[in-house]
Amino acid sequence: MSEILHKQLVIIGGGPAGLAAAIAAWEDGIRNMVVLEREDTAGGILRQCIHNGFGLHRFGEELTGPEYAQRDIDRAAELGIPVQCSTTVLSLSRERQITCISPEFGLQVIEAEAVILAMGCRERPRGALGTPGTRCAGIYTAGTAQKFVNLEGLMPGKRVVILGSGDIGLIMARRMTLQGAKVLACVELMPYSSGLNRNIVQCLQDYDIPLYLSHTVTRIEGRDRLTGVEVSQVGPDRKVIPGTQMHFDCDTLLLSVGLIPENELSRGAGVELSPVTSGAEVDDSFETSIPGIYACGNVLHVHDLVDYVSEESFRAGHAAARRIQGSQRKEDLTVKVRDGSGVRGTVPQILKLRKDSEESVRLMFRPAAVYKNMACVVECGGEVLMRKRAMIFTPGEMAVMDLKPDMVRKINGDLLVRMEEA
Amino acid sequence: MQDIIIVGAGVTGCALARVLSRYEASVKVLDEGADLAEGASKANSGIVHAGYDAVPGTMKARMNVEGARMYPELCRELGVPYRMNGAMVVAFSETDRKTLEELLEQGIRNGVHGLRILEKDEMFALEKQLNPEAVCALYVPESGITSPYEMTFALADHAAVNGVVFQMNTHVRSVKYQEGLWHLETSQGPETCRILVNCSGGDSGRLHGEMGGTREVEIIHRRGQYYLLDRPEVLPFDHTMFQCPTVMGKGVLVAPTVHGNVLLGPTAEDIDDRLNTETTQEGLDRILKACRLTWPGVQVRTAVTNFSGIRAHEKQGDFIIGPVDGAEHAWEAVGMESPGLSAAPAVGEYLGAMLAEAEGLTKKAEWKKPIPLPRPFHEMSTEERREAVEKDPLNGRLICRCEVVTEAEIRAAIRRPVGATTVDGVKRRTRAGMGRCQGGFCSPRVVEILSEELGVPMTDIRKDSPDSWLLCGDIREALKGEARA
Repeated sequence: MSEILHKQLVIIGGGPAGLAAAIAAWEDGIRNMVVLEREDTAGGILRQCIHNGFGLHRFGEELTGPEYAQRDIDRAAELGIPVQCSTTVLSLSRERQITCISPEFGLQVIEAEAVILAMGCRERPRGALGTPGTRCAGIYTAGTAQKFVNLEGLMPGKRVVILGSGDIGLIMARRMTLQGAKVLACVELMPYSSGLNRNIVQCLQDYDIPLYLSHTVTRIEGRDRLTGVEVSQVGPDRKVIPGTQMHFDCDTLLLSVGLIPENELSRGAGVELSPVTSGAEVDDSFETSIPGIYACGNVLHVHDLVDYVSEESFRAGHAAARRIQGSQRKEDLTVKVRDGSGVRGTVPQILKLRKDSEESVRLMFRPAAVYKNMACVVECGGEVLMRKRAMIFTPGEMAVMDLKPDMVRKINGDLLVRMEEA
Repeated sequence: MQDIIIVGAGVTGCALARVLSRYEASVKVLDEGADLAEGASKANSGIVHAGYDAVPGTMKARMNVEGARMYPELCRELGVPYRMNGAMVVAFSETDRKTLEELLEQGIRNGVHGLRILEKDEMFALEKQLNPEAVCALYVPESGITSPYEMTFALADHAAVNGVVFQMNTHVRSVKYQEGLWHLETSQGPETCRILVNCSGGDSGRLHGEMGGTREVEIIHRRGQYYLLDRPEVLPFDHTMFQCPTVMGKGVLVAPTVHGNVLLGPTAEDIDDRLNTETTQEGLDRILKACRLTWPGVQVRTAVTNFSGIRAHEKQGDFIIGPVDGAEHAWEAVGMESPGLSAAPAVGEYLGAMLAEAEGLTKKAEWKKPIPLPRPFHEMSTEERREAVEKDPLNGRLICRCEVVTEAEIRAAIRRPVGATTVDGVKRRTRAGMGRCQGGFCSPRVVEILSEELGVPMTDIRKDSPDSWLLCGDIREALKGEARA
């Protein structure tokens, strides 16, 4: 058996989450650390997101994906944080032992005092939808198509239907149009889009691309390359309404039907996962059910904005640094955060609180449906701690509830987050 | 001009090609598909049946039992995954029990070993997810699972090492016997040969007629749809779980695959178009409903894909293997539906020996050993992986995350004797793209590696057939054009 490397901190993933966590931990004084990135360059999925709109919250300006990523890459380089690219982690154990491979360093085994999971998410593929038909060429997830167009400079098709109205699908509707393709329709199973409103306006409406809500693809046609799809309307139960078929002649079907946090490594280590978010269950320091293993970014829960990913990951990085330095303070009270009516996947799921806390706590979740003129309420033992009204809550945009220190100090039991009439 | 042309590069054609590669004869295999195993051989249950359900005395019964017995050794030699996991045929009523008793009797007559009826205690002890309403089961310890397309690849590779030529994307339009030679009109131009063999699966009925066969052969195209589920942490069933067979086939099964996935299906529906491998909502719904009887907890939430394959069912119900009646230097293996995969090694030996003797072929002085399929990185221990990366740094570059496939493995698959030339070819040889993300992350890299290895632009890479293009244009080329203008 060859030698085992020892690190204070290993961060798995060099996208925006991993880089932010690394920067935070470094700034707290952690030096014996490494970021492991499977691609040849850091930056994660932002590298292929060449549209703008990133960084409004964090930097107060509109950046493209690569520009946003570059700021963290530059900062990490300036600090001297080692980012080991072309390295894929094969396994992670409960004891925080990592096995990874790379062409340069071969197979490495690393033991870490703390590990931050920042592997991001992947797209739901066709098989998961169970759409019947042929298995021809021309069916891509929106992200795969984006990679071909933006990183390889290659067009995956000319006449396009998009299934699902997730943000990448919407972005690709515009991108394919600008590149000369004809985007015939965007088809969404739900009665609302799961993407950001600004993307509906800027990527579909501005280009006269029709959005068919409560519709889905019911048949895929074409023996060699896709030749067409059949689209049908669905009822409130999401079941297909017979006789509502429309036909589109197209050579390309892009899927934007959901993102799944990539938790194979976490599962292998025995990290408890939430069935709602498909990410780890974490406390307010982003520590998972396994001590010393933290999770942040899209591997924890799928975000709408990268700005929130960075913010969350800074917190995770600081928390990991405190653990390594032994400056974690003991909590006085542990409470659970539960999803109430209209609320899905609140993160964190657990709060570890101190009586004299001077820190605020951020709760994030996805509204379960579109709610107009409603309020989100955080309550503890029937008492309302915080209430926030909004014109609209939609599943496409994360709801954020920042509990101020004075509210946090009032918590004396489990929290319930729910929607109610305004 | 060839001594022998085999039409059809499925598992039967490739098994025969491998056997014939022992003889002093030039052999060419033609197939209309873009790769080996593009017909029924790539889309079936992957079961090596023990041979209890073929009618005693038929070719099916004989070839099945003989073929299945060859599997363990042949798979070891060729490096093909195989596991003798055993099967159960489950009865859900006393009528079913009678059927099981008949199958048991039939299996014994066919020469299958170890068959017995399991009563509830033993049955539920072996399979905990089984529907509690099951009455009893026929236990088939000799039943196995394999990877049907990898078997086909390995057989073809061994044949190619010994000089057999494989030519894909070649549809045989017509054949004519003239002045002692077979003249073939194909989509890639004319071919001639001394001896012609029909192993063309779904197309074999037509080719039989083209060859002037006097025997009446009618192929019915019987489609079977399947669901393939992601590799679970714990397999719901370790045995291949059958229900009682019907006139349409062996019935619906729930089975582990040799790669650790779960397979549900098949349906059985007769269709007109032998190439229509479409799945339908009705078919998929039917699978789910039928599988629920065996496995009440079945869920397709983790489905990786659904697919269908088309069995070439000959109306009389048996394999037709031997010389083509009424034609000269003409041979055939027709009606190769289930248990065609199990039978293939035996069919290759049987037909090959018969052909060689009748045609006066002599054995080569040396028959080269196969290059076994490499051990997948996915299955290696940490130490083996360390060695693999040290030996070839490209094993340190993981391309498919879901199935743990390295760049070295993908390049090796393209460089096999009959190597991958398409994205699907890479997928079936390495499993890159077979996993839960369905190639979302790895397919751009696979296209790039294929383009490098084959020395063609990425836009020339296909999913499978020549018309299954993946990329329609290079944006940078267009920009270059504008810059010039």
